[in-house]
Amino acid sequence: MLLKRSSDLKYSDITPRDVYLNRRKFLYGLGLAGGVTLAGKGIANLAFPSTRAYASTKLPGIVKGQFSTDEKVTDPHVVTTYNNYYEFGTDKGDPAKNAQKFVTTPWSVSVEGEVSKPRKFTMDEILKLAPLEERIYRHRCVEGWSIVVPWVGYSFSTIAKLVEPNSNARYVAFESYFDKKQMPLWGRAGIELPYVEGLRLDEAMHPLALLCVGMYGETLPNQDGAPVRMVIPWKYGFKSIKSMVKIKFVKDQPPTTWNITNAHEYGFYSNVNPKVDHPRWSQAREVRLPGYFKNTPTQMFNGYGDQVASLYNGMDLKKNY
Amino acid sequence: MNRILTSKWAKVVVFLLCLVPLGIIVWEGFTGGWGANPTQFLEHATGDWILRFLAITLAVTPLRKIKILGLTQLIRFRRMLGLFAFFYAFLHFSLYLGLDQVLDFHGVWADIAKRPYITVGFTGFVLMIPLAITSTAGMVRRMGYRRWQMLHRAIYVSAVAGVIHFYWLVKSDVHLPLIYAGIMAVLLGWRVFSWFSDRRRKPARGAPPRKEPSTVAAS
Repeated sequence: MLLKRSSDLKYSDITPRDVYLNRRKFLYGLGLAGGVTLAGKGIANLAFPSTRAYASTKLPGIVKGQFSTDEKVTDPHVVTTYNNYYEFGTDKGDPAKNAQKFVTTPWSVSVEGEVSKPRKFTMDEILKLAPLEERIYRHRCVEGWSIVVPWVGYSFSTIAKLVEPNSNARYVAFESYFDKKQMPLWGRAGIELPYVEGLRLDEAMHPLALLCVGMYGETLPNQDGAPVRMVIPWKYGFKSIKSMVKIKFVKDQPPTTWNITNAHEYGFYSNVNPKVDHPRWSQAREVRLPGYFKNTPTQMFNGYGDQVASLYNGMDLKKNY
Repeated sequence: MNRILTSKWAKVVVFLLCLVPLGIIVWEGFTGGWGANPTQFLEHATGDWILRFLAITLAVTPLRKIKILGLTQLIRFRRMLGLFAFFYAFLHFSLYLGLDQVLDFHGVWADIAKRPYITVGFTGFVLMIPLAITSTAGMVRRMGYRRWQMLHRAIYVSAVAGVIHFYWLVKSDVHLPLIYAGIMAVLLGWRVFSWFSDRRRKPARGAPPRKEPSTVAAS
């Protein structure tokens, strides 16, 4: 893979453009010589340049967080051009194209519900609530592909503790920003909007649950959920809500978008589980992007079982999918 | 128009045109167009072209029958168009087998048995195999036109299966599957309509079947 991480290397200067261009020439030669050869992961790595497809600012003072995997980090080009963000179109390439003009300043997140100190946090405040950590998590989509992303943020529990949830708070409901004017393709999404998600309180308070403000050392690109999102690494990607505007502590299990859309296929929990198939496809394996072969075995809780399995003690995970 | 269609270069031109989609798909591989998930891109790209070629193939007969268009000679290309639908279906299935399932035949059978969208897609593909095999003029002669025609009506099932396969596999945005469904409905609906109106025109039972143009077998 192109990406070798070392302490003083910035993500943006990982591979100089000319190197890519040379590689492409090489690839072209290869094609002429041998026709279409599917040389496995090689071609995918060679085929797309790592130029940044988004404008982001560097986030200062990032410290190394715990829980990081030492797996190979995915090329940022993949993470910024292959997105599920249905408000900006249902094709994987749509969000990168259509979210560029999405206005994310000013931004604030309202934290409310069963709490003793409800309040609104401006984006500036959110960025300063706690030291920003880099956490390299595996990210597994329900569709069967996965990436490894160096997210930036801090545990969601940090912000939760500030508003002091009361004893009625048993769940947390999240809501995305929604604006038909800025998201003209919303009608095609086939899902109810605004996008809503939810977690049980103990899930949300787990230190792995990340309130995320950046990736690859920079602020979040729009297509990846700018300016602030959740990242729940042991659950399928759609549980990690993007462009969050509201966090509500509630008594009862809140509705969640994909569960509303198709309850038979998408449950409230949606923990990554290779043994419980999606009704339409197997969840036993995944394709690690960018790659050709769906041959990476999917791990229980996406490999975070040591940390989170105890949250689900005694629960039938087939029933609570 | 029929003069252009019967010229000796027409088939060569159509053949090359049918290869253009493949050319574009391969070209996109060299320009980064396959994106982050090339397997999915290739499966979708080939899948789209199966449906398009099925629709084009099914459009041949209706277009011929609309007299004022003067396109009766379109029949010369029907076999080639159908075979290209099969060609793209073969690529599509191979991609699924080789990249998605990584030649795990056990997994393929499990998928076919368990997943309705795979079951229906696979059915559509398998039904095209005998059609491809019996597409030669010799086969038409050996089978007799009536029986050959009966068999080749299986393409209607493949077309419907293909659309259902697409409809069932998308997560929530069904716009494109519905567009294909609309096109197929028009093409198949036309056949139902013309079958009924033919019957009304010739109400006599046991009347000899209409004679088909000999160009079919000869093309």
